[in-house]
Formats: sequence, structure tokens, C-alpha cells
Amino acid sequence: MADKPLLLVDDLVLYFRTTTGVVRAVDHVNFSLDYNKAVVVVGESGCGKSSLTKAILRLLPRNVDTYSGKVYLEGKDVMTYNEEEFRLKVRWVGMSMVPQAAMNSLNPVIKVGEQVAEPALIHMGVTKTEAIDLVRKMFQHVGVPEVFIDRYPFELSGGMRQRVAIAMALVTSPNLIILDEPTSALDVLTQANIFNVLKRIKKELGTSFILITHDIATSSELADEVAVMYAGQIVELNDAHAFFKEPLHPYSRKLMASVPRLRTEKEPEFILGQPPSLVDLPKGCRFSARCPLKFNRCVEDPPVIVKDGRTVRCWLYA
Amino acid sequence: MLNTLKSSFREIKRYPSAIVGSVIVILMVIFAIYTVIALPYTQAITLWRGGEDVWYMNPKYAPPEWTNWFKTKKEPVSFNVSTEDGKMKKVVTDLSADSKSIKMTYTFNFNADNYPQDVMLYFTNTYQDKQPFVDVVMTKPDGEKITIYQGGASAQQNIRFSQEQKLIKRYPTETPMQGLFSDPKQKTLTPLKGNYQITVTGTTFEKDSDINVQFVFFGTVYGLAGTDMNRRDLTISLMWGTPIALAFGLIGSLGTLILTMIIAAIGAWYGGWVDGLIQRITEINLVLPFLPILIMVGTFFSRSIWVILGTAILLSIFTGQIKSYRAIFMQIRESGYIEAAKAYGASDFRIIFRYLIPRMIPLLIPGLISSVPSFVFLEATLAVLGLGDPVLPTWGKMINDADVHAALFKGYYYWMVEPAVLLMVTGLGFAMLGFALDRVFNPKLREM
Repeated sequence: MADKPLLLVDDLVLYFRTTTGVVRAVDHVNFSLDYNKAVVVVGESGCGKSSLTKAILRLLPRNVDTYSGKVYLEGKDVMTYNEEEFRLKVRWVGMSMVPQAAMNSLNPVIKVGEQVAEPALIHMGVTKTEAIDLVRKMFQHVGVPEVFIDRYPFELSGGMRQRVAIAMALVTSPNLIILDEPTSALDVLTQANIFNVLKRIKKELGTSFILITHDIATSSELADEVAVMYAGQIVELNDAHAFFKEPLHPYSRKLMASVPRLRTEKEPEFILGQPPSLVDLPKGCRFSARCPLKFNRCVEDPPVIVKDGRTVRCWLYA
Repeated sequence: MLNTLKSSFREIKRYPSAIVGSVIVILMVIFAIYTVIALPYTQAITLWRGGEDVWYMNPKYAPPEWTNWFKTKKEPVSFNVSTEDGKMKKVVTDLSADSKSIKMTYTFNFNADNYPQDVMLYFTNTYQDKQPFVDVVMTKPDGEKITIYQGGASAQQNIRFSQEQKLIKRYPTETPMQGLFSDPKQKTLTPLKGNYQITVTGTTFEKDSDINVQFVFFGTVYGLAGTDMNRRDLTISLMWGTPIALAFGLIGSLGTLILTMIIAAIGAWYGGWVDGLIQRITEINLVLPFLPILIMVGTFFSRSIWVILGTAILLSIFTGQIKSYRAIFMQIRESGYIEAAKAYGASDFRIIFRYLIPRMIPLLIPGLISSVPSFVFLEATLAVLGLGDPVLPTWGKMINDADVHAALFKGYYYWMVEPAVLLMVTGLGFAMLGFALDRVFNPKLREM
């Protein structure tokens, strides 16, 4: 097992069919993740981050056009599983997810304790009392008071609901948790709290994370690796330390420059223009239209350059 | 869940119509339970379909006794007494070793302004060879003694006063009843009020011979609910109509709504051809006429109330309701927690029955209550059309009987009004409760 990564995503493609054309939301994405590591996926809205999680967990809407590639989870190709196998062997057993807007992901008519127990009841063959005991343990991990077991979601604050959603992802103790913007719509204190919870879980339970976020600064504490997505592709995959010190891709640089800094007078930068439509992508480098360092070769499709364990899609490094 | 129920009840109390409605519904349920316990099904069916042996003591077409309260000319009330129940006095004197004289008397107060339908004596005599001899005399309030019958009495002798030759000869111009209960001093026919005494003097000629008699006074009003063309006591069908109507209404409405909801949820969840099929079936069913299909089933297949109920439920599933439920399920289907449930591996079954359907239940309860009357009325409608269950005594069957026997034309209003009022009260009770529940569970309606 040790020689195989926890998750290996190989050439994953997810296209949607719409009235305007085919949306290439996840376009030949490759990456791998080891045990007890966290990869932070950053990128603008609409660049395919959430679609990537949906493709990995096979939560597909009805209008899928193309869904292909390979996803190896602990060495097994889960893409070959049928729906029922996938439901029973992958979802919440191999990997779980804290969905986007986790606050709305709790059923309003079920008590949170029972809600968190649901995955355990489905996958672990435990009785209800055992499941509730498990919930109690998970609530301790994420810092939710035990009394909340008997409350309804509307009785909880946003931060608490977020923790409950994380507890729900933890309850079956999967090796991998995908977090889709777990801290958006929370205040900074709560955000920090949630990240502390995640860090503790990572340390205590050895869980790996795929963390999708806009909040580059806060997530830097948790990240082992950073993946930058742009227009359906990973344009840079880098070790976190190296990335924060020196982002390679021009888009990454711009993205980092847009993070406000406390002690420098520098104004946060922004990138002119908009990301290209995923229906009608440019022929060459997808960032070329907005890239300040654009040159002639950029109209050709940029190569995937691997250098010192860093991956970058840019002609600058060819 | 318990708390929400409690607060719902508190909310319901604010609507007077809900209180009235629930009082009606609760009273009906209590009455239905009482009926089933006090008059078990087999007994009710015997009383309803037993034949003349069961009903002989009742007058025909008699309105209920309480109609007298609203009349200035009082109608004679029916009653029956016998030596066996002890209300009729029986005095036995030995004449010799083998012979006895048995004197049976009963005094009753006749205080009505109309004549009874008939008066009858039913003998139950025991003897070997020699028939007892009986002498029947009626003493009127003015002291006049009228002999009605003199002669031998067989084991099952019946004496119908209106057909006794002695009386017919005695009163050539009027009927025996008019003669017997009129004041002879008046020029016109006027009932003579006061205490009448019937005296039956019997003589037996064997050692173990005995005479028992039942005296039946067929008035023109009877009991709490009156009687129909078969002398049947209408309280039976009024009472038994209640549990049947409630059962039909509740099963019909519950069955329809639950099945509609489940089918709508399945359609909305799976989508694709499953949903398409359900929607197409619904659209076809929407243009099919409901009542004619039921009439066809009743005419060609079976008139059992359960077959009709099943057909009615089947036809009621695929109606507009399924479309509105589907619309709501479509909305719930897209909510975050359903996607989360799918993500954590909940099966389709679990999603439909544990997540989708529970969201619907608060919306369902008012509809459940307010659709009960439509099923109650449906049963009555079919019965009125002559497609009611031939075995069961129901309100609709009563109306049908009344209609067939031209009750309204002949002035037997009670016969049709009683079941009709009960039907209306049932409908009103459930409707009032249902509308109030609708306001409680659908807060949007409260502004109106």
C-alpha cells in the first residue's frame, strides 16, 4: 500500500451538455495524493473546482456529456465500479465529502445527531445506539457539544453546522475527505477554528484532505500541496512551501498577489478580464488572453512541465 | 417531532372552525366505535336483512317518534308488550285437573289524534291435541266492551284486528281501527283518548297446555329513526352507516394520498422514463371519466364496497394531485441535503422514504382530512345510483331505498332527511377541520 498513493487521478474528464454547447468543466486532470496529506485546490469561481470533486465522488448531474479517465483509490480503479458498488465501497467508505454550503447539507427535519449517524447506519452495519455513540466521539473531535445531538439544524449556528458537516464526513473514518469551500460564509474567527479542527483531525486521525477554497491565506497552514485550477485544468501543482514562496505559473503569481498583506503598503492586485468560457476555450494556453507574460508560443497548447516534483503548464518553463 | 405536534395543536385551537370540526369528527368516531361494540356486525346484518320474522313488530313507513314534538295532531306511538316480558299481566286459575283459565290483561293510554296502523296479537300456545279457547275483548275508556275474537287458538295463532270479521261487521262504514279507537258519540270520526284495556281470556283443556301472547300496537310513529318499507328500524342503518362511512372515507383518502405521494416521489427522484410514464398515465387518467368507470365496475364486476373502494383509490391516485406533489418533490430533490445524502451513499429507497416523503407530510395532513368527505359522498353517490353494496346498511343505501319508494312524494321526509343530514354533518366536520389544518400547516394562507 505504501508505494501506492491514496488517490491517483489520471486523465479525469467531466464535460456537461448545455444548450449553449459542451462545458468542459474538468478537462484532463491528473494529480495524486498521499496518505495523511492535504492538497489545497484554488482558483477563481467557475474554473471547475467543484466539478472536480463531483467527478471524483461520481456525483453527476443529469446533463453529463463525457465522463472518463481513471480514479485509483488505495490502488483500486473505482471508475470501473457500477453505481451500487460505488455507493457501497467508495462513498463515505473510501472517501467522504463536506459539501459546498455545508450549512444547507443538513436535513432540516432530522436531528443533527441522527443526521451524522446516517452514513454510519448505511455503511457500517451498526445499530442506532452504536451509531449515536460514534457521533458523540466525532462531535468531540470537531468540538461540537454533545447536547447538540438532539437539536435540529436550524437551532445551530453556522460554524456549528459546519463542524457537524465535518463530523458527518468523519463518522465512517475514511482516509480521504474532500472539503468543498468549508469556510465560505463564515466569520474569520470561525474560519480559523474550523481550520484548527481540520489540522487536529489530520494529526490525530491521519486523514488526507482535498480542500477546495478561495481562502489561500488561511488554508496555507493546512496545505502540503497546492493545486491551482484554471478553466478546467490544473495549471500548477506544487509543494505548499515552494508555492507560497515562489508560485510558478503567471496565473498563480497573480492569484498570490491578490491576497491582501498586512504589513506592506502594496495594494492587492487583480487580473484583468474574465476566465474564458468553458464552452468556447481558446486554442492555446487558456490563460493567454489575460497573461502579462504572453508570447508567441502561447497560442500553442502549453506543455505539462514537471520539474523537481512541481508541475506547471506554461511555456515559460519549457 | 412531538413538540411540533404540540405546537400544531396549540395553533389549531385558535380556529373555532377547527374546534367545531374536530368535535364533530371525534363524536362520529366515538359513535362509530359504540355502534361496532353495541351492535356487532353479524347482529346488525341479521336485523337488517333478517326478513319478516325480525321486523314483524314494527309498523311500516313510520316516522320517528320525535316528529310528534313538532305536530299539533299527535301520532300514536308504536309499542309491543307480551306475557313473556312481564309487562302484560297473566293470571292463571285452575278450573279442574286438566283445565285452566288464563287471563291476560294490558292497559295502555291512547292519547293520539290519529289512528294506529293496526293492532295485533301473536299467540304462542303449547298443547297436544286440544286447542285452547280464547276470548279477546277490548275495553274502551268509556266502558264499552268490544269482543274482537272468540274461538280456538292454534300454536302460532295471529289475530290481526283490522281483518277480524267481527270488527269489520261491527263498523261497516269505517275501518276497524277507526271504529275501535273513535268516540261513538261524535258525529265525525274523533279518536277517543284515555285508557284502553285489552283482555285475553283463554281456557286450556290439557294438563301442560299454556297460552302466551304478544300484543303489538302498530302506531304511525316508531322509535328514534322510524321505519322503512320492510318495517326495518332505521336506527340500524343510521348507526352502521357511521363506521362504514368513516372507514370508506379514511381508507379512501389515506390510501389515495399515500400512494399518490409515494408514486410522485418515485417519479420525481428517478426522473427519465419512470417520471414520463407516471405523467402520461396521469394525463390519460385525467381525461377519463371517474364516476362512469366506477359505475361500469359496479355493474359488470362486483358491487362489494371494498372492490369499489379499491377502484376509486386507483383512479384517484393519478390525478392532478400527483403533479403538484411532483413539483414539490422536484424542489426538495435539488436541495443541498439530498445531494449530501446521495454523496454519503444513501440508497434511493432511503432518500425517497426517509428524506423526500417526510418533508411532504405536513402538507399532506390537511388534504388528508379534507378529502375524507369526498370519499364518503362517493359511497353515497354510488349507493343512490343503485350500485351500493347490497349487504351493508349504509346512509347511501337508505337514500336509495327512500328514493326507490318515492319517500319524498309520499311525504316520508324523515327517511331521506336523516341520512342526508348525517352525510352533510360528516362532510362539514371534516371540511371545517381540514380548512383550519390547512391554515396551520401552510402558513402562507394565513394572510388571506
